[in-house]
This record gives sequence, C-alpha cells and structure tokens, in this order.
Amino acid sequence: MASIAIRNLFHDKVRLVVTITGIVFAVVLICIQVGLYIGFRTTISDVILHSRADLWIMTSGVRYIEEGVAFPDRKIYDVRATPGVADAQNIIIQFGDWTRPNGSQEGTELIGLNPDSDLAAPWNLVAGSAQDLKRADAVIVDKYYAEKLGVDHLGQIFEIRGHRARVVGFTNGIRTFTTAATVFTSFRNALIYQQIPDDRTLFILVKAKPGTDIETLRSALQSRLKDVEVLTTKQFSDRTVYYWMFSTGAGVTVIIAAVLGLIVGIVVVTQTIYAATIDHLREFGTLKAIGASNFYIYKIILKQATISAVIGYAIGIVVAFIAVRLAGESAPISLPLPLAIGMFFLTLFMCCLAALVSINKVTRIDPAMVFKN
Amino acid sequence: MPEPIVQVRGLTKTYESGAAAARALDGVNLDVHAGEVMLLMGPSGSGKTTLISIMGCILRASSGSVRIKGREITGLKEKQLPRIRLDNIGFVFQGFNLFPTLTSSENVEIGLDLKGVRVRQRKQRARALLDSVGLSDKYDAFPADLSGGQKQRVAIARALAGDPGIILADEPTAALDSVTGRTVMDMMRKLAKDRGRAVVVVSHDGRVMEYADRVVHIEDGKILNGGTH
Repeated sequence: MASIAIRNLFHDKVRLVVTITGIVFAVVLICIQVGLYIGFRTTISDVILHSRADLWIMTSGVRYIEEGVAFPDRKIYDVRATPGVADAQNIIIQFGDWTRPNGSQEGTELIGLNPDSDLAAPWNLVAGSAQDLKRADAVIVDKYYAEKLGVDHLGQIFEIRGHRARVVGFTNGIRTFTTAATVFTSFRNALIYQQIPDDRTLFILVKAKPGTDIETLRSALQSRLKDVEVLTTKQFSDRTVYYWMFSTGAGVTVIIAAVLGLIVGIVVVTQTIYAATIDHLREFGTLKAIGASNFYIYKIILKQATISAVIGYAIGIVVAFIAVRLAGESAPISLPLPLAIGMFFLTLFMCCLAALVSINKVTRIDPAMVFKN
Repeated sequence: MPEPIVQVRGLTKTYESGAAAARALDGVNLDVHAGEVMLLMGPSGSGKTTLISIMGCILRASSGSVRIKGREITGLKEKQLPRIRLDNIGFVFQGFNLFPTLTSSENVEIGLDLKGVRVRQRKQRARALLDSVGLSDKYDAFPADLSGGQKQRVAIARALAGDPGIILADEPTAALDSVTGRTVMDMMRKLAKDRGRAVVVVSHDGRVMEYADRVVHIEDGKILNGGTH
C-alpha cells in the first residue's frame, strides 16, 4: 500500500499542482530577491575581493572604494620596509570619463594597476592580457559595457579627459554597482587620465608574507604610517558595501525587496501546505477514531510536507537558475551554491513549519466530527 | 448472563460550563453483550452520538464509569485511548468516512497497518475481509467509483480489520436505499450472531428494528428503557 501521504498528494492532481506551484513561486521569489541582494553586494565589493591583497591603505575617512583621496606614494617604501610585508603596490580606483568618437561622454570606474604585479589584475579576460596594459595608452574594457562605451573591436581609439585610450583587451562580467563601466589601465596611465599628480596614489595594496598575522601587520602599519588608514580586505569590502547599501539608500530597496520576498515566500508556502492538510482534516479525524495515534498522523502530515518541499524546491531551483540565466547581464542576480543549498533547507523548514501549524489544527479535531455526515 | 463487553454506569456528559452548560448525558446505565445487536434510538439531540463517542473512547465523560471488557477506560490518559480503540472497537459511520485517495483494499489495510501487521499479511487479510462482504471484484476500486452500499460494505470490512469485539455503527443505513440498507443490516446481524461481536447501531430508521435483539431508547440524555438487563 502506498502511504496515505503520497496518495493524498498525488490523488488530486489539481491540488498537487496548486501546492507545488505555491512552493515553486516561493522558491523562485526568494532566490531572485536574495540573489539580487547578493548580486549587488558582489558588484559593490568585486574589485576589492578580487585583489590578492591582505590589506588596503588609504587616506583616513574614505567610505567606499570609489572615494579614494590621493596621498603621497612614497609611503609605499615605508610599507615595503615593514616586517611581514611581502609585496605592496599602488593602485588607483576612481570614477572617470570616457569620450566616444561622436563626442558623447560616458562614466567609467577606472582601475589603474601595475601590469607586472598579480596583487591586482584584470580577471575574466576574454581578449588581451594584463601585460598589454604596459602600452602608454592601453585600456581593457568589460564587454558588458562595450556597447555603452561604443567599443566593438580591439584597437579602437577613444579619449579619456583629452588623452588617448586604445582598447587592447576585454574582460567579461565585471560589473559595477553604479552605471559606470569597468575600465582597466596601468597605474601610470590612470594618473594621467585622472589628472592625479604623479607622486600620489589613491590606495596601496599590501600582501603579507606567509604565516604573518594580518591583524598584527595591520596594527604595525597603522602605527607606522600617518594620515592614512589601514584596513583588511574584508574590512574595506564591508565598509564599501555598507556605504552603498545603507548610507546611499540605493541598497535599502534591494534589502527590503529581499526581506519582502522572504516573507511573501514563507506566507505562500505556509498557506499552501496548511490548505493541503486542512483539505484532509476529516480523514485525519477518521484515522484518529479508528485508533491512529497522534504520532501516526503527524508522520503523514510531515511526510506530505517533505515530499511537497522536495518537489517544489527541485522545480523552483531549476526555474530560478533559468531566470538568472535569462536575466543574464541585465540584472546582477547571483545564485551561489550556498544560497541554492540554503534554499533547500529553508523550503523544507517552511513546509514543515506550515505542517506543524496544521498539526495543531488536527490535534484539536472534535472527535465527534467523524459522526457528522 | 455473562459479563457485558461494554458496561456503562452513571455516565454524564456536560458540554461547556457555567450558565451555558448543556447536559448531553445524564446518569446513563447501559450494558452491551457480545453476540447481540443493540439498537440505540432517539430523537436528534437526545445524546445518542455522545454516548457512542464515549463508548468508542473518542470523547471523555464528565463523570461515571465505562468498562470495556472489564477495563475501566474513563480514567485512562489520552495517549492510551487510540490503542483501546484499535484493539476493541470498529466504527461504521453514516458518511462512510473512507479515504478517497485509497482503494477499497487499502482502506481496509489501514486498520491492519495501525496494528503493525506486515504488508503481505495485511493485503491478504484485507482481501479476505472484502470477500466476506461481497466485494471480491472491487479490491482496486476507489470510493468514488463505488455505490453507497458498496462504500458501506468497505467501511464494515475496515471496521472488522482489527478484529474488534465491539462494532459501533452510527446511522449505517441512513445514506442507503432500503434494499442496500437491509443488506448492510443483515451483515451487522451476522457479525453478532456468527462472529460473536457486540454490535451497537444508532439509528432513526424504524426498519432496522427487526434486526435488533434489543432496542434502547434515549431522550434528553437519559435511557428510557432497556439499558441494562
């Protein structure tokens, strides 16, 4: 005999479709909303987290990565002389301009780095290499922004603040939180493009020697250097994310949407599972009357909820992945494996929670109901 | 006279409390013996359903005593009652109360599953019970595909699955035409006479009186006649 739980679920196909659709809707909604939140966080901190640096040095009071304020680059010698430092490199990250051939301008996030160092380098390269940035006018742009910048092939010439910029490579999928296009160039080019004095830098990236305690090194550098702030990569990432997500209000809507998605998803699942259980209330009453223990009935209800959760999750996560794929580059939705796995347990939890609510109802069944026609 | 299989003494049941309290049963004394068909008759609201609910261990009495096979059940804990029901009582309901998602055979198997009978044995036993109520060709039929009489026969087979000593039937013929109703009552009588079950039938239907060994009238929560003998 197939279990009552399975029969209850699969006997009424319409009810099954309604139940599963409710769960699928919730899974997709939560995945997309939370994925959007994660995606925004990722785009905000991508440049920081893709560096191999352990520490970031910047002018005191910088709130986010694009807000760097120039400071003397000779501090890099003090940094390199500090015990525990394996490497240190200057880097410029700043909003910039881009002039298309027709004279129209676009915004960029210009990243100027040392092409010979792997402390920070363009990633997701699909054409060209970091070494190509050694040319005096070389830039690498991200394909996502190519159309916006008017770029359609390598070797094209553009202008950045009156200085020539030749496209020597493409990255793919490096997005910014704003509409600014990601553009890589050499540190020296960036000084020229951004009209920063050539004895200045915006950040110094620090790589610690293996086995060095990062916090100890951070404190040592902080004591040694004046007028600058030393942060770990995570601290700086968190600070940047906090600024964009909370201080500007730009991310608050994303967070609210994610929380609402979570709440709506939970409500939909709870209501769906609850309704599916209540549909069979009379049968549970009959089961109690003929001698089933409460435990026997709880098992049926929880089994129904678990099966619904597994089917709903399986379909929902596939739909969510398809939705993310279809959204592609138009929305920075991120559906990492931990979210997908976490979503499974959340679905299971939501369904079992809803089942428990209905179990409470089943427990309170008026036994005499079985005698009513 | 042998010991009654069900013995009810001084039973009262009051719903709610305070000014709105309603006394559904008032000092009921009743004996039910193995091998007899007892018909419990009375107007709506007289306390019939409350009485068989308490005798069936699915409702608690306010006071009084109920003994099933000599065991006092009014003081038992809630979690002990399902086992008492499972081992001693089979229910037949007016609305059949079959599980619509299960076949006839599976409906009967539930009672056996609750008793922990192995799959193969319970399948054999369920089919034998369906054979005994004349439904050999309906093992795999769902309730929706059965007539009212066939559904009630499946319900009787299910009630017998746990081999209970007592069958409590609430208006078992109310949803059936007269011919089918007679067939069902014949079956009830055979259960009592051939298998020694105590059968308690609650009914408004005067036509079932001919199948009863004893008719007990209840009104306003009190037994008017024939509760004990």
